[in-house]
Amino acid sequence: MIATPVDIASWALIAAGSFFILVGALGLWRMPELFTRMHAASVIDTLGAGLLIAGLIVQAGFDLVALKLLFIFLLLFVFGPVVTHALAQAALHEKIEPLLTEDRRASRAQDAPGRQQ
Amino acid sequence: MRVASLAGFLMVFWLALSGHYTAWLIGMGVLSTLAVVFVARRMGVTDAEGHPVQMLPGAPLYFPWLAKEIAVSAWRVTRIILNPRLPISPTMTVVTAGQKTTAGMATYANSITLTPGTITVGASGDQLTVHALVSENATDLEAGEMDARVTRFEGHA
Amino acid sequence: MIFAAAAAAILAAMALAVARAIYGPTVFDRVLAGNTVGTLAILLLAVFGFLTERPEFLDIGLTYGLLNLIGTLAVLKFFRHGDLAFDVEEKDAG
Repeated sequence: MIATPVDIASWALIAAGSFFILVGALGLWRMPELFTRMHAASVIDTLGAGLLIAGLIVQAGFDLVALKLLFIFLLLFVFGPVVTHALAQAALHEKIEPLLTEDRRASRAQDAPGRQQ
Repeated sequence: MRVASLAGFLMVFWLALSGHYTAWLIGMGVLSTLAVVFVARRMGVTDAEGHPVQMLPGAPLYFPWLAKEIAVSAWRVTRIILNPRLPISPTMTVVTAGQKTTAGMATYANSITLTPGTITVGASGDQLTVHALVSENATDLEAGEMDARVTRFEGHA
Repeated sequence: MIFAAAAAAILAAMALAVARAIYGPTVFDRVLAGNTVGTLAILLLAVFGFLTERPEFLDIGLTYGLLNLIGTLAVLKFFRHGDLAFDVEEKDAG
């Protein structure tokens, strides 16, 4: 099998996507507590999935299969933050406070102009 | 207008996913589209918040910038994860969303969450509570570049 | 070949996420890990479709993505309110 430039580009994208997926999962395991783990998971949701799917789209050519891949990507892209936000809110509601080295909430909330409600 | 555009989007979505173009399947697509539009109208989600087509013209400018931003900060988070010392300094901060519409604010909050290294954990009024993996991320966000870009993307709603 | 490598990477990442789901320690860590396993499963389905040259797997991936979203939100709502039929607006009014 002879590798065309298109093949090589798609392989590079898929390899990079796999790398970021592995890094995200490693972060999910290494990070010390819930909120920092969410940051690691969002690497998988955005760059990992994005590059992998971009590679598959290049491999598929531009037909219905590519469009479906694009829909899968948009699904992850749009609903990833929704789930993350719901998760963070539910955790805060259960009084799981994040481990912080710096908390600027109190000072920033007063400084912010145009505050409503 | 907005209802017609929603129906158009749904029909294109059906055709793209189906891939079979017989009279029977297209007819079922039309029926499904009408059913979904009917339910969406009853739920009251065919407004500027639920179906924000007015933001479409700004999209070609905003999303490439967001993609670049995501790539840069994902790489930053990657380096932190792979660093044996795990140099994190989790920070909570509050930023003000300068957008006028709820769809614009939701775009801003979701853009913050999408960018690895920052998560919107709460919103009340125009104040967004943000958790950042390292304090530099929080400082970058407080500078307000993303806020200004989303406000421009939101455009003339 | 590259598809097999990508599938192996996704499976390894899944193993790490499952380990996180087992060790917890809070229920939200488990939900986060479960959601990540779901995301990885979608990607695995997409890659598997290419590996076996059967693009029908993409439809399964899309469906699985929707189920994953609803499932995660339902679990979160249940742990937050202890009731899947909880209506926030109803409570505010009453």
